[in-house]
Amino acid sequence: MYEKNGEKYFVVDEHMHFWDASPDNWVKGQEQYAKGWIECFHAYMGLGPPETHWTFEKFSKQTEEGFVKDVFEDAHIDFGIFQSTYLKGWYTDGFNTLERNRQMVDKYPDKLIANGRFDPREGEAGLKQLEEDHKRYNLKGVKVYTAEWYNGSRGWKLSDPEAQVFLDKVKELGIKNVHAHKGPTIWPLDKDGFDVMDIDVAATRNPELNFIVEHVGLPRIEDFCFMATQEPNVYAGIAVVLGGLMYARPRFFNKVMGELLFWVGEDKILYGSDYAIWEPKWQIEGFLDWEMPDDPEYADYPKVTTESKKKILGLNAAALYDIEVPAELQLKNGGTPAAKDDALLVETD
Amino acid sequence: MTTTAASVLGALAEVYDPELDEPITRLGFVASCEVSTDGDVDVVLRLPTPQCAPNFAFLMAADARKVVRELPEVREVTIKLEDHYTGAEINSALGRGEGFAGAFPGETVDDDLAALRELFLRKALVARESRLCEALLADGATPEEVTARRLEDLPEDIPDARRCVELRRRLGLAHAPSEPAFVLPSGEPVPAAELKRWLRTARLVRMSLEVNGGICRSLLQVRHGVAIDDPEEVLQ
Repeated sequence: MYEKNGEKYFVVDEHMHFWDASPDNWVKGQEQYAKGWIECFHAYMGLGPPETHWTFEKFSKQTEEGFVKDVFEDAHIDFGIFQSTYLKGWYTDGFNTLERNRQMVDKYPDKLIANGRFDPREGEAGLKQLEEDHKRYNLKGVKVYTAEWYNGSRGWKLSDPEAQVFLDKVKELGIKNVHAHKGPTIWPLDKDGFDVMDIDVAATRNPELNFIVEHVGLPRIEDFCFMATQEPNVYAGIAVVLGGLMYARPRFFNKVMGELLFWVGEDKILYGSDYAIWEPKWQIEGFLDWEMPDDPEYADYPKVTTESKKKILGLNAAALYDIEVPAELQLKNGGTPAAKDDALLVETD
Repeated sequence: MTTTAASVLGALAEVYDPELDEPITRLGFVASCEVSTDGDVDVVLRLPTPQCAPNFAFLMAADARKVVRELPEVREVTIKLEDHYTGAEINSALGRGEGFAGAFPGETVDDDLAALRELFLRKALVARESRLCEALLADGATPEEVTARRLEDLPEDIPDARRCVELRRRLGLAHAPSEPAFVLPSGEPVPAAELKRWLRTARLVRMSLEVNGGICRSLLQVRHGVAIDDPEEVLQ
């Protein structure tokens, strides 16, 4: 719980990692990819305030002590959601697998959730694994990473028939939330690899599921917004928007938030830090301090209220994940966070 | 006339990042450029991250090779994409004079990436038109006045106006001076009654391109410590 100016905020960080990208975990022969990946992440950390930068060594592998300090003690996060990312082609034990994230969940079960994952290219064995993961951990969400390399394939789409088999399984198991990250994908090689149309297809086909598009579809924010405004079950995860723009490019941050509030709406925007790419504390504090500047450039954007910030920082994600919110931290106006109907009311004029 | 490093850089200024619609020289993607006394040219390109999309990376490297080879008295041209996870494939295909399918045999049949290029030329046109249009509206023009403008009415010294003509030429859209200044991707003029609605979507496209350019610049600054010509800061 975060308190500012007498207002109390319930904070759910919907995008966290607990990774091991240290050299000991690099797959032999794939070192350049393993190293390039984590170096790239480390560069992103450089877009935050200088006093929050870490050495590359510290960045390569998180510790429990560091996590507890950064997330619970400094940032006062009520609930954190791990987005498991495997990348076993590059990292021997995986980058941050469900098992690794569960090490933390088992120690702090009242404050952390670890999402599972699937990859349709794994076929029957993948379906069986998803069932086993759910049986063992009672999954509430899955992360899908369409840019992952697997057996010579450089990626997949959520609209593939093979993917629908897995989405059917997700529904059968009672899992509600699918977090989609397009990633720095390179497949299909000759098309725009960041295209979000496959999420559009999957969201339409599976109205029972919530599709949270991580990093608001960056770099295709425009395609994401055009899609999300039409799909009641598509949500925006704003990890990277906060971390990558709020400090480094504040004017762009205003514009991205303004467009998201207009096209997607405050009920469908979810805060995420992308820890450990960035520490959550400065992001939460910066977002609470942030106001849309009183400038003609931003005049068309919806107003941002305390209630908007409460929804974005935690209440929307809490609704999607059935996380109990203390009465004093709920909305004062009686509104319903994560309301799907709001998306349908957005007018383009 | 002999080719110099300066003239090579001048030629490279005409190579655009297809995704951002900005010259690769202004984005800081040209890491080095050398011309030997014999006229051999070596250009090294670097992108903001090793994971930047290979198709766009290939287009920039291939376009760079093309413009440099057209310079006078140039002998061998070597374009090297460094620090990229498909750099080896792209560099060797370019060295053999092959297209995109040569770089990734069996993974694509689209050798010149024409459809991908066209998709982003359209986005670029929408983004540039929205910038010009917003400037006119901010100066007090009415929607009727804005949509009545022809290409010849736009001030020539504005890069966006010149680029719009070039984008329309490349898209096969009418671009004579007497043509309407603001057109939909179909080539039809934007109707005055639709201007506000069109602008609402157009400026989202514009924002996306600008934000991506901003993130690219930020990452290059963090990774290579280079201060890069930055339109956002110029505007402030």
